[in-house]
Amino acid sequence: MYDIIIIGGGVAGCAAARELSRYKANICVVEREEDVCAGTSKANSAIVHAGYDAEPGSLMAKLNVQGNQMMEDVAKELDFPFKRIGSMVVCVHEEDIYMLEELLERGKKNGVKDLRIVDAKEAHELEPNLTEQVVAALYAPTGGIVCPFGMTIAFAENAAVNGVKFKLNTEVQNIEKIDGGYALTTNKGILKTKVVVNAAGVYADQFHNMVSEEKIHITPRRGDYCLLDKTAGNHVSHTIFPLPDKFGKGVLVTPTVHGNLLVGPTAIDIEDKEATATTREGLDFVVSKAGEAVAGLPMRQVITSFAGLRAHEDHHEFIIGEAKDAKGFVDVSGIESPGLSSAPAIGLMVADIVSKMMKLDENPDFIATRRGILNPSELSKEERAKLIEVKPEYGNIICRCEMITEGEILDAIHRPVGARSLDGVKRRTRAGMGRCQAGFCSPRTMEILARELHVSMADITKSGGDSKLIVGTVKDRL
Amino acid sequence: MEKRELTCIGCPLGCAVTVEMEGGEILKITGNTCKRGEEYARKEVTNPTRIVTSIVRVNGGKIPMVSVKTKSDIPKSKIFDCAKALQNIQVEAPVHIGDIIVENVADTGVSVVATKNVEAL
Amino acid sequence: MLNYDLVIVGGGPAGLAAAASARKNGLESIIILERDHELGGILNQCIHNGFGLHTFKEELTGPEYAGRFIDEVADLKIEYKLNTMVMDISENKVVTAMNREDGLFEIQAKAVILAMGCRERPRGALNIPGYRPAGIYSAGTAQRLVNIEGFMPGREVVILGSGDIGLIMARRMTLEGAKVKVVAELMPFSGGLKRNIVQCLDDFGIPLKLSHTVVDIDGKERVKGITLAEVDSTGKPIPGTEEHYDCDTLLLSCGLIPENELSRGIGVDIEPVTNGPVVNESLETSVPGVFACGNVLHVHDLVDFVSEEAATAGRNAAKYIQNGSREPETSHETVDLCPQGIVRYTVPKTLNVDRMDDEITVRFRVGAVQKNCYVSTYFDDERVMRRKRPVVAPGEMEEVKLKKEQLLKYPDLKQIIFKVEEA
Repeated sequence: MYDIIIIGGGVAGCAAARELSRYKANICVVEREEDVCAGTSKANSAIVHAGYDAEPGSLMAKLNVQGNQMMEDVAKELDFPFKRIGSMVVCVHEEDIYMLEELLERGKKNGVKDLRIVDAKEAHELEPNLTEQVVAALYAPTGGIVCPFGMTIAFAENAAVNGVKFKLNTEVQNIEKIDGGYALTTNKGILKTKVVVNAAGVYADQFHNMVSEEKIHITPRRGDYCLLDKTAGNHVSHTIFPLPDKFGKGVLVTPTVHGNLLVGPTAIDIEDKEATATTREGLDFVVSKAGEAVAGLPMRQVITSFAGLRAHEDHHEFIIGEAKDAKGFVDVSGIESPGLSSAPAIGLMVADIVSKMMKLDENPDFIATRRGILNPSELSKEERAKLIEVKPEYGNIICRCEMITEGEILDAIHRPVGARSLDGVKRRTRAGMGRCQAGFCSPRTMEILARELHVSMADITKSGGDSKLIVGTVKDRL
Repeated sequence: MEKRELTCIGCPLGCAVTVEMEGGEILKITGNTCKRGEEYARKEVTNPTRIVTSIVRVNGGKIPMVSVKTKSDIPKSKIFDCAKALQNIQVEAPVHIGDIIVENVADTGVSVVATKNVEAL
Repeated sequence: MLNYDLVIVGGGPAGLAAAASARKNGLESIIILERDHELGGILNQCIHNGFGLHTFKEELTGPEYAGRFIDEVADLKIEYKLNTMVMDISENKVVTAMNREDGLFEIQAKAVILAMGCRERPRGALNIPGYRPAGIYSAGTAQRLVNIEGFMPGREVVILGSGDIGLIMARRMTLEGAKVKVVAELMPFSGGLKRNIVQCLDDFGIPLKLSHTVVDIDGKERVKGITLAEVDSTGKPIPGTEEHYDCDTLLLSCGLIPENELSRGIGVDIEPVTNGPVVNESLETSVPGVFACGNVLHVHDLVDFVSEEAATAGRNAAKYIQNGSREPETSHETVDLCPQGIVRYTVPKTLNVDRMDDEITVRFRVGAVQKNCYVSTYFDDERVMRRKRPVVAPGEMEEVKLKKEQLLKYPDLKQIIFKVEEA
């Protein structure tokens, strides 16, 4: 019997896993996909919000601001990219300026530092490519951008190093209360645990409702995005938001932490928890809305588009805590925006709840720091040359667009919770994220994966499951 | 009188060639800009042929596949037979351009030859 | 720091021909840097024939054509490095490159020839909505998997784009046992050679749907189906014309983009229409001593013209170095080459009559199909040449030859204009 099973290997589940690994406990993360960070955590705005959006007094507000404040230190500790570039909410109608003032008030109540409203002139000085129509903007210097894969994978690796087990390709199908805990029926057999941490994203309501009479309801709220080439990456230097509406923060324009430009998302409520397809209407909406706050968007530079599903709970609030009528079942549900920003704080909160609940002892061997995948382009020329002498795989470029070497890909495969698929390699190394979108590197990456995992190239998948890349050998069906 | 409109495949120009026929006999060929075009048109309406290019597995070579072609054109109707005949062929490295991979492929009388040099490991 | 007179980036058809030409024009110190494990570039995976009719008066397959130039480079004992990626080229021609054996190293060059070729436009850049399953390949990547590795990327195929690569892959996939259901083309005309329509589609009964595009991709993990729709004259899908095709593979052949990251790094001027460097009559870019040729300069249809162009670049790079890394003196003004009307661009963009060879070839593409017309050349206001063409099309590169002796008769020439006129 496990002490704790965490359902869901997204950013919330992995953050919880990492914080819980500070304690002595038998912990397992159960994830239905072939990798962590395979759901909403890999398809979002990658923003660390300042925290003025959330309702004062709400858990969202508290954890957003806390997560935002913690982010620098956590990013250093766990070695993932985070940049505090600041954000602006742009107002284009005089009569709407009161909305900026409301956000300012809200932000102050939530404890957001250094928020202020700037006039059109200062807004343009801060951000020359803002639309001509801007009349005022809310400037939040504490807003930031992060690598969502980097953060999630960093939490997962550190959790693994500190003893957490990861069961991937394992789908929870049913949860039953048993003596002393819960029995989880999965596609790989039954797992028993004392405590369940429900971090199952869009499916969290399904699991919660299996054990609790106080039902919750999660609607997948789809966000479509367009990602632009790095040559467009400095079109803006802050995250630019429009005024928020009832569905959310609106279509933003932001640099990403890797130098691309990201535009999106939509906010479309759907039924199907699997429907991560973008639509024509969604992409067109993104393009037209983004142009309202930022002028001259070089939309011909789009290199890819994608969609993620926010786990929107009916009450639009994080549900973090032990279910009242299900002892030992801890929800981490309704983690929609600002979920990513709050993740470090969510992890702490869950660990606090569970460790007290189970009276856990601290793990004296806990290793707090993690070194990410070595990026040779960050080394000096001499250091890089030396590295290749010792490890020639760092001299073999596989992804031409992002200049990723075989050395980085090997590292990605062989570290804890390592890559097993093209997308796994992509999220850890960026190989395949460049402008040719893996056209050049995918055959080479597939070869490396096959060799290192001791399988045939025909067994390599894009993202696990049925996503085989190769169906057979030439002439095999003639 | 039958008129057939063809696109010559003899070279990348792709001239539009017209063949006038009566009872299976060719009366007139127009539209070609060279002799190859006339020959192509003649063949295409009576006994169409194609050169088939393909790939074949290599053992012990620096690369796993070698590109091959039929040394000259074969009847169009035999294209798939030719492809099938190459299905289980494996050649040993080294391979040189022009090496005969299969003689008289699919009973056409035409050989399949290598079109790439492959060094042995 | 290594030293070579001439560094050639890319060992494909352009790089090989440029190297041979530079050597035959007296240059000893040459090195080719190639990122793949063999020379030959993209020709290694172009196993079909149709190459070499101009150059060798024979019809060769891609690897055979490459083989001729690989042999020549070997016979001329020209140095090359394989599995070597050029990371950066500085404006003063320091080439930084990397491979497993030599590690990270630098070469100081006196001249550089850019011959990096091009890459394919991916699905993301086409903004096709839908899922992001496995089974979507650019035609060239599929070609590599099939022809070089011997793997089948799929069994039931839909192809978007009727350029030559798409047409060739329709045949390849069919002959390796896949079923190609349809080829869709956004434009009202095919972008590929007519011969390829015949021998890749008609021969196998594969339908070609012009003025069609992909509007949806189905299948979350692996492609399950594709929806095509007809488009209007602006390329927008027409509602109600959707057709669904079950398939497990979508191949995309939607345009080639010259790979000019390194060129941009040096700071050469880029022509927005071609996405290749702006060059003068010597195929020299805006940075003196840096030359460009082949698909990196502008996307070609026939490799024979790549070889011709590359030979010119090689010859001029050699001259540049032999002249003390300086351009030859000139007493003439630079003449602008101007595309007009449906002519989209010219390579080269400028010429200097003192510096040009006795004859240069100006190459360009038109942006629309026009039948029964003249390709006309004007020296300022005077029409000096015209050639009757039954048809001109975007898929077929045009050329006009200019003679030095002819140009010398026009000492005050400001512009050479290229246009297509009705017959």
